[in-house]
Amino acid sequence: MRNGDRAASDAILLRLEEITTHYGPIRILEQVSIEVGEGELVCLLGGNASGKSTTLKTILGLVRPTSGRVLLRGEDVTNRQVSYRVGRGMAIVPENRRVFAPLTVLENLELGAYLRHGEDLREEFERVYTLFPRLHERGDQLAGTLSGGEQQMLAMGRALMSRPRLLLMDEPSMGLSPALVEQNFEIIAQIHATGVGILVVEQNANMALSIADRGYVLQTGQVVLANRSSELLASDELKKAYLGR
Amino acid sequence: MTFFLQQVVDGLTTGSVYALIALGYSMVYGVLKLLNFAHGDIYMVGAFIGYFVLQAFGGATALVAPVAVVLIAMFAAAALGAGLLGVGIERFAYRPLRESPRIAPLITALGVSFFLENAVLLLFGSETRLYSTSSFIPFSTGVHVAGVNISLVRILVVVLAAVLMVGLRVLVERTRLGKAMRAVAFDREAAEMMGIQVDRTISATFFIGSALAGVAGVMAGLVFDQVFSLMGFIAGLKAFTAAVVGGIGNVPGAMLGGLLIGLAESFATGYISSTFQNLIVFGILIGVMLLRPNGLLGRATLQKV
Repeated sequence: MRNGDRAASDAILLRLEEITTHYGPIRILEQVSIEVGEGELVCLLGGNASGKSTTLKTILGLVRPTSGRVLLRGEDVTNRQVSYRVGRGMAIVPENRRVFAPLTVLENLELGAYLRHGEDLREEFERVYTLFPRLHERGDQLAGTLSGGEQQMLAMGRALMSRPRLLLMDEPSMGLSPALVEQNFEIIAQIHATGVGILVVEQNANMALSIADRGYVLQTGQVVLANRSSELLASDELKKAYLGR
Repeated sequence: MTFFLQQVVDGLTTGSVYALIALGYSMVYGVLKLLNFAHGDIYMVGAFIGYFVLQAFGGATALVAPVAVVLIAMFAAAALGAGLLGVGIERFAYRPLRESPRIAPLITALGVSFFLENAVLLLFGSETRLYSTSSFIPFSTGVHVAGVNISLVRILVVVLAAVLMVGLRVLVERTRLGKAMRAVAFDREAAEMMGIQVDRTISATFFIGSALAGVAGVMAGLVFDQVFSLMGFIAGLKAFTAAVVGGIGNVPGAMLGGLLIGLAESFATGYISSTFQNLIVFGILIGVMLLRPNGLLGRATLQKV
């Protein structure tokens, strides 16, 4: 029950096994175990400083855990570099988007496919431009001149350029207007529909659970709840855990 | 008029050398936000490598190979040697300090600078060595335009510098490595998230920047003849000035700054006095900093909040 009932697919895309992560002497994550199935959309909820972002950073390899393992499709990648993990199918839409402001929109997208050099990227460009026609129009514009919503599109398009199997998203709706937040979640659902496994970190619990298959709730670095989205939405536990009361 | 044109030719030559050194300064600052004070000494090592290659070919007065071959060997060896030196310095002196406060690598850079100067002093002594360029490329060869004699060496220096600068511009703007370099310069962690191998990209940046300094060292040997262990200090300082005047971290800015400093220096020497040369160069630095704190081509950037 710890992981809730994973959705229909049995193949495990990502598995965190009892991950403990420290920043210096401070423990940020404690014994966190999380799973994402192939093509599954999982959301990671929690308040400020609950360890959501650190979880994503540990998965991608920007932060190394003190103990525990990160398995990507059964392969232990705990001690692998970020570039290796990206090459094996991870991609991230980072918190605050982190687009390369002095580079053009097109260059940002090309960098998303950095490890796929020499490959034919036409299909990826087509896919990204279908989801975000705006990026096509603005190809030669510097990323720093885009609006916040457009930068969010660029960050997502950039991540998709690597043709990920596992897409990590860190607070994709932060700083967006309510209308854009809704649009953003629609797009996440669309990406999910194409078979990409997604782990999305969100503050906006209701919105995230409305599109996710399952959810985990983190509180001060520990998983305190894990269940199917529908159950989480219906339970009082979520409110209690989430609000920390 | 002839005198004026002569100053322009001299200024462009010196300016090309400064510009090539300034590019490395600027590139390294771009990716690491580090002022690599050892950069001028890498240029000095390049000049020495060129000198020893020249000696290996029999020396200035008794070359055993065609001049073109010798020149290519000098430039290639200096570029490669200086490039590898730069990569080594980054790997062993700066990389361990990458997460330290910025003052630590800065002081280390000064230490590396002293280390290189004294290592060369210890190995090769304090005497000034001469390229004696006029023995194998006579001053009389070259072109005469409007009464001005432009020697072959100066033409070579300016043309080679221009080719390298255009090449660098293409590399930075058009290639995969160039995009990775710009991404790392802007946001190292975000670049890493894309799968860019940050360490390798930084090494490549040091290699290219240092190789350009090595080439500049050979150019200086060819034009000014003299090679000595402390030659990198003042040249490095002026190249740094050029990079800052142009807008540090900015490739076209470094080129513009280099040429500007070279021209200012040559006009100061020609029309006023060589005594005031440095006064005028650094006066320009102060003036530009007061009017345009980000340099001539630098853009004001908002700090992330």
